[in-house]
Amino acid sequence: MPMGLFWFLAALSVLSALGVVLQRNPLHCLLSLVLTLLTIAVLFIGQDAVVVGFLQAIVYAGAIMVLFLFVIWLLNVPVETRPTGHLAFKFFGMIAVAALLAELAVFVLPPHLKVKYSGHPAGYGSIEALAQSLFSDYLIAFEITSILLLVAVIGAVALARRSSEIEIKERAQDAARVEKAA
Amino acid sequence: MIELVVGAIEAILMVLVGLQLSIFLLYFERKGSALIQDRVGANRAAITGLGRKLGMPNLGIVNTLVADPVKLFTKEDFVPDGADHFLHALAPFLALFPVLITFVVIPFGDTITIGRHTFNLQAANLNAAALYLLATIGIGVYGVSLGGWASNNRWALLGGIRATAQMISYEIAMGLAIVAIVMTYGTLDLQEMCRSQGGVWFGFLPRWGIFVQPLAFIILLTAGIAESKRVPFDLPEGESELILGYMVEYSGGKQAAFMFTDFAEQALVAMLLVTFFFGGWQVPWLYRDGFHLPGGYFIHVASILVSILGVIAFLIKVLMFCILLGLVRWTLPRFRYDQLMRLGWKGLVPLGLANVLVTAFIIVATGGAH
Repeated sequence: MPMGLFWFLAALSVLSALGVVLQRNPLHCLLSLVLTLLTIAVLFIGQDAVVVGFLQAIVYAGAIMVLFLFVIWLLNVPVETRPTGHLAFKFFGMIAVAALLAELAVFVLPPHLKVKYSGHPAGYGSIEALAQSLFSDYLIAFEITSILLLVAVIGAVALARRSSEIEIKERAQDAARVEKAA
Repeated sequence: MIELVVGAIEAILMVLVGLQLSIFLLYFERKGSALIQDRVGANRAAITGLGRKLGMPNLGIVNTLVADPVKLFTKEDFVPDGADHFLHALAPFLALFPVLITFVVIPFGDTITIGRHTFNLQAANLNAAALYLLATIGIGVYGVSLGGWASNNRWALLGGIRATAQMISYEIAMGLAIVAIVMTYGTLDLQEMCRSQGGVWFGFLPRWGIFVQPLAFIILLTAGIAESKRVPFDLPEGESELILGYMVEYSGGKQAAFMFTDFAEQALVAMLLVTFFFGGWQVPWLYRDGFHLPGGYFIHVASILVSILGVIAFLIKVLMFCILLGLVRWTLPRFRYDQLMRLGWKGLVPLGLANVLVTAFIIVATGGAH
């Protein structure tokens, strides 16, 4: 991946990530998040992790973000208003942010700057390589994760069904009450 | 360097072919529908009357392909009160763009050798093209849903929500069908898929995917029509209940962009069906050196002519499928919303899963793909 393209995409992803936090309309935030995820997907593809990049685009940008869209629509999330409250909160908040940034710059960043790109084995990032590691080295972790997801799905369906059963019972009671009144 | 230039030219060509097919579908929408319903159809705007003097039948070409677009693009570009101006303007292009960039991975021919150079007749030879398809189709949802939301109109929002739910539901069925196809061919590369569909079974039957994966074909056809939001799956537009759904507050060029998205998606579905199930650019019994007809006859064909015949065959097959999709659109009535969801989740998704399972068993049992 050309260095210029890398920096452009990196800058774009950081800017759009800032957009997620700084914009006030929830739908604009969501679009910024989609842009962030897509630029990260392109970064993955540019660094030869092709399958991971496309899966990122399909699963995160294409499916999970649409779920977010539905949540925003159905809960009718309003446009955010400016934070009210004491000026002191902002002041101390700024200090905390500065401290966090300084900590990241001093302790976390330096080791990453020393990393040199040293090529990768043939077939790296291909779907064969991914399948090989998923179904041999990390088989148990992979299967346990899938069972966990299955349990979550079944749990969600069970919860949704139970609430509808309650509704049906209430509706029956309402009907009985109406009949009695008549 | 020359490879890059040719690749760029091929990409532009492919997008243009997609748009041309959309224009054909637009024409079919007007005049083909009239043929099906025994009407006269678009026959105004015979500008000079020259055709009639020459005794030609009025095919409505000027009407549908010149007058209508001119009218659309010179209309007032109206933005409703209280709409999100930025998203309202962005949405149609957010819908159209992912469809157009998908055309570049479709192989439209085998390699062609001109002089010393050999070119692959596929604009972008991605080795994960099947995933690329799913990614771009998934991102296409945003244009429609945001168009519905940004219009500040209840009907538009309802249309947008319907479109999003429908496209997400049928994407899963589509993905499952594509998984079965990928397992059958053992590759994600569309050009490789086309190559492995060359040759014959039993001496006469072309090795096309339709004979191996008929169920996946039906699932992909149905899910593809649902993805392109055309009748019988046009609930997001449903003009009798939602006026025009997510497009109701759009006019002029932006509405044309939304309309073209549907046509371009239809063209894309036709191309995908041809690539996956009908051999792509493969001509039956045609090999690199010429026709090997069943019964042992052989006709020699020059190598370059074989490549060109492949491109022509691809275009003819795609056109046939475009006409088929048009016929479906003008034959079936619209589904009800619960029927649509039931067909998607209780019909196509379990069928797709079963298909993947059976395909996997057969591959393991026979110890190889295709």
